Formats: sequence, structure tokens, C-alpha cells
Amino acid sequence: MHIPDGYLSPTTCAALYASSTPFWYLSLQKMKRRLNTQAVPLLSVFAAFSFVIMMFNLPLPGGTTGHAVGVGIATIVLGPWGSILAISVALIIQAIFFGDGGITAIGANCFNMAIVGSLVSYAVYRLIAGNAAIESARRVIAASIAGYCAINASALLASIEFGIQPRFFHDASGSPLYAPYPLHIAIPAMMIGHLTVAGLAEMVVSGGVVAYLQRAEPALLKATAPGASIIGEAKSGTKPLWIALAVLLIFTPLGILAAGAAWGEWVPSDFSTPRARQQIAAASGNQAPPIEAPSGLKRLSSVWTAPMPRYAPPILKSERLGYILSAMVGTGLIVLCFLIGARVFRS
Amino acid sequence: MTFVERTIGGLSKGMSFAALADDSARADGALQCVDPRVKLIGMLAMIVSVAVTHSLLTIAGVFLVGLSLGIASRISPLDLSRWVWSPVLLFSGFIALPAIFITPGAPIHAGWPITQQGLRTASFLLLRAEAAVTLSTLLVLTTRWAHILKALRVIRVPVVFVVILGMTYRYLFLILETALDMFESRASRTVGVLEPADRRRLATATVGVLLSKSYHLSNDVHLAMQSRGFRGEVYLLDDFEIQLSDWAWLMCFFAVATIVIWMGR
Repeated sequence: MHIPDGYLSPTTCAALYASSTPFWYLSLQKMKRRLNTQAVPLLSVFAAFSFVIMMFNLPLPGGTTGHAVGVGIATIVLGPWGSILAISVALIIQAIFFGDGGITAIGANCFNMAIVGSLVSYAVYRLIAGNAAIESARRVIAASIAGYCAINASALLASIEFGIQPRFFHDASGSPLYAPYPLHIAIPAMMIGHLTVAGLAEMVVSGGVVAYLQRAEPALLKATAPGASIIGEAKSGTKPLWIALAVLLIFTPLGILAAGAAWGEWVPSDFSTPRARQQIAAASGNQAPPIEAPSGLKRLSSVWTAPMPRYAPPILKSERLGYILSAMVGTGLIVLCFLIGARVFRS
Repeated sequence: MTFVERTIGGLSKGMSFAALADDSARADGALQCVDPRVKLIGMLAMIVSVAVTHSLLTIAGVFLVGLSLGIASRISPLDLSRWVWSPVLLFSGFIALPAIFITPGAPIHAGWPITQQGLRTASFLLLRAEAAVTLSTLLVLTTRWAHILKALRVIRVPVVFVVILGMTYRYLFLILETALDMFESRASRTVGVLEPADRRRLATATVGVLLSKSYHLSNDVHLAMQSRGFRGEVYLLDDFEIQLSDWAWLMCFFAVATIVIWMGR
């Protein structure tokens, strides 16, 4: 996606330099205000890190390999303004020193990858991650999708920049002077590669590194997770929820006080009991129920017998105790399922 | 382990180019003696002229000027071909090739699918990319990086940005070497072929470790800078001195750029 010299007209290059300049200025001011003396070394070392990441060959699903820009992970660790500067510096060094991307196209490359990439990545990450805990699997998913969306938004912009060239810049004979393909060719040509290989590379690196940092260095994920709790704090954060759950368990016998029967929650024997028949009729707008239980209900209700039918374990005489015990067993089973699921997903 | 070997290859290539650039910038050639500010402005002017011109002949002329300057600066055309021309030819050639056939226009010969306009647009793309990258590479191969950065002040790049660029370049090689060591040590410990999922886990964990190391390094650098009196203000020692010969070079660069733009209107 590094646009070389000669692909964009000088007018397009100048417009994109002009569009990038306010973002560079704003980012620098914000970083200096936030970090003061730390801004220069932090941005320098992270720009060097971003540069090296762009050289990594990442193994992707399907057996292929691809290069990532690292804009997703840079945004998550540094925030959007820091990422704009770090990725821009890496792109400038790539263009000037290694000839990867043109000098006249530095503004375009920085605008597409550093500026739009960082802002899209930040918006998507914050939107999906919300206030989830730092070690939450949701943050891994959010980072993966953020990286994928960022690189594809950058690619789309680049393809639009390519696609408008032949329309506006051609000589008298009609030969395009710069990128030769119109929008209907440039957009699919760029997007196919980015929706598959390059997007996946960014997805793997963003999600994978966030998963690694959650285990090894969660503090690095705090910059873009202002409302989130960190490992250790997360446990104390859920304490009120556990207390509320215990209170609800104690109050479960309140269900016994409810009058009547829940509509549709009938067993075959209810149809032959006069009291239950009255309740069914009352709950059904005074429509009399059939004399016998429907045959389908009779047949299917015997397929599975619950160990604690009607929240009343056979071993207990007290209806209240049975309700509390059923609530505890049910809640315990749900929590156990989630714990097993979380362990399986994390491993 | 193919991806590890490929990554090692890529990282080593980057370091080799940096070593070549450093050696070549210290050599005794024509462009090495020119003031870095003059070279920076001159090369930028020629690159812009290549982007502006509408004439294939003038772009080819700039390319030849670049080649001659390279030879006069003791930069082997073989090195230029290996580091610059071949990769650009491969990349831009791949992109330009379909344009020869699908650009609407008059066929170059009756019955042939190649159009004159297609051939012309593909030549523009290829020649512009080759000429511009030759000029920017000449700048890098004949000027020490620290001098290029100082010269950036001439085009009003903010001091703090110049300092960040300079520090990035310095730590780039440290991080490159760290990454190289990590991959080499992993390659030397691994027997057999890793499963695809393990390869991905290894790659992302390596990036994660590198990120963590970079963060701690930036903290150490910050403390070292503070202990030496850094309070957020940055200064550059501007010790360049422009000679009469530098003015002559500047005139030549501007003359070439002006001719190219004028001829290719």
C-alpha cells in the first residue's frame, strides 16, 4: 500500500500533504501536552518498533504470509495521536531511506495509513471493546477487527486516490499521466488483496499482540481503555455483583407467593386436577381446557425427567428450602459453564 | 520455519542496505562533497520536476542524469540495480503491465491488443518511479543520515520532528538487531516444522515481546535524557558551511529541474 513516486499527480500529493499537516501538528501538541519530556523518546522508539513490524513476515491462515503495518497495535498502545506520529515517522524513514513509498507521496501514505488508519482503528476498538476488563477476550476481538478495518479503510482511500488519476490527469492523446486504472478497476484490485491477505495480517498481529500483552504486560493496554479494570482489580470489581446474586438467591422463595399458574407451563396431570384446571381456564381467558392432556404433551413430557422437578428436590420436605437449593444449583451450573468456556477460549 | 527464515532475510537485508549507505556516504565522490542542504533541495526539485513533466523523454533524461551522478559518486550501477531498479521494475512493472492492454486507444499495430495510450501510460508509471527512486537513493547513499536530518530544517521541518526522526533511526537498528536475535535463537532451538497455529502464536508473541522491550527502552532513554538535562526543549547544532561550489551545484540542480518542467509542459 506504500504509494511510490509517479503514481499520484503533484496536485493530489500536495492536497494530501496539506490534509496531513494539521493532524501532524495536532498530534504533536497533544502528545507533548500529555507526556511532556517523555514524548520524544516514546515516539521515537515506537516509530522504530513500527518500522521493524512492517518488515515481519506473518504466517496467515491458509498457508500464506503477509506484512502488517502495525497501525492497530500502535493505536491501542499509544492512542490515536501517538500512533499517527509513530506510523508517520516510520513511513517517512521508509520513503527517504529505503525507497519504500515515494517522497512526493509521503503525505498520501501518511494520510492513508497513519492518520485514517489510526483514527479508524481507535474508533472501532473503543466501540467494540467498550468498558470490558483489560484481560477480557472482547478486547482481543476488538483489536483484531480494529486492525482489519483500519488497513482496509486505508486501502480503500489509496484505491480512490489511484482511481481518480486517469479521470483528471491525462495528456492530449488520452493517455493517463499517473496511475492508469479508473475507480472501477482500482478499487476491486486493491481491496481483494487487502480484504484477504493484508487485512488478515493486520488482524493476526493486532489481536495476537493484545492477547499476549493481556498476559505479559496489561498496563500497556490502559491508554485506550480508560474505564476498564486491570487484572486483580477486575476481581474486586465484580464483588458487588456476587453480593447481589447471593441476596437474590435468598429471596427466591418469593416465587411461591405468586398466585395462579404460568400460562403454558403445564404438566399432563394438571388437566385431570380440578384446581389446576381452574387455574388453566383463568389464565386462558376463561376458556375451558381439554378433558384430557393432549397426546403429544403426554408423550413428550415423559422423555426427560428433571432431577429437581418444579424446583422441589424429592429429598426435601420444605418448599422454601427446595427453591433456595434449586437457585443455588442453577446459578452454580451457569457460572461453571462460563468458567469452562472462558478457560477453553483463553487456551 | 519458512516465515522465520524469510523474516530474518528481510531484517538482514535492511541492515545491509544501511551499512552500504553509511560506507558509500563516507566515500570520496562528487555528490559526497556537496552541502547536504543543497543536495536535499536539489534532489527534491528534480523529483518534483519528474512528477510534473508530461514528457517521457525528459523523465528518461533525468534518469540518465541520476545514473551519471551515481557513477561520479562512486556508486556502482550494479548496486543501484540490485537495491533500487530491480525491485521497482518488478513492482511497478507488475502494476503497469495490464495498462498496456486495457487502456482505451489506438492499437500500435493493426490487430494487436496493445494500445499506444496504454504503452505510453505504462512507460510514464515505470520511468517516473525509477527516476524518482534513483534520485532519492542517491541522496541517501551520498549523505550521512544525521546530515540529511539537519538539512530538513531548510525546508522548515519542525526541530522536534527532526529530533524524533533522528532518534527513530538510531533505535531502529537496535530494535532490528533485537528482532533478528530473537528469530535466530528461535530458529536454532526449533527442530522440525511448526504447526500453522504455532507459527502465528510465535510471530505475535515475538511482536509482543518486542513491543514490551521497546516500551521499557523508551522509559530508559527518557530517564537518561532527563539525567543529562533534557527538559523538553530540543536544539540542533547547525554547523554546515556553504561553499562557492555548492552554489554551482544548486544552480545545476535547478537548471535541470526547470528544463524538465519547461520541456514537458
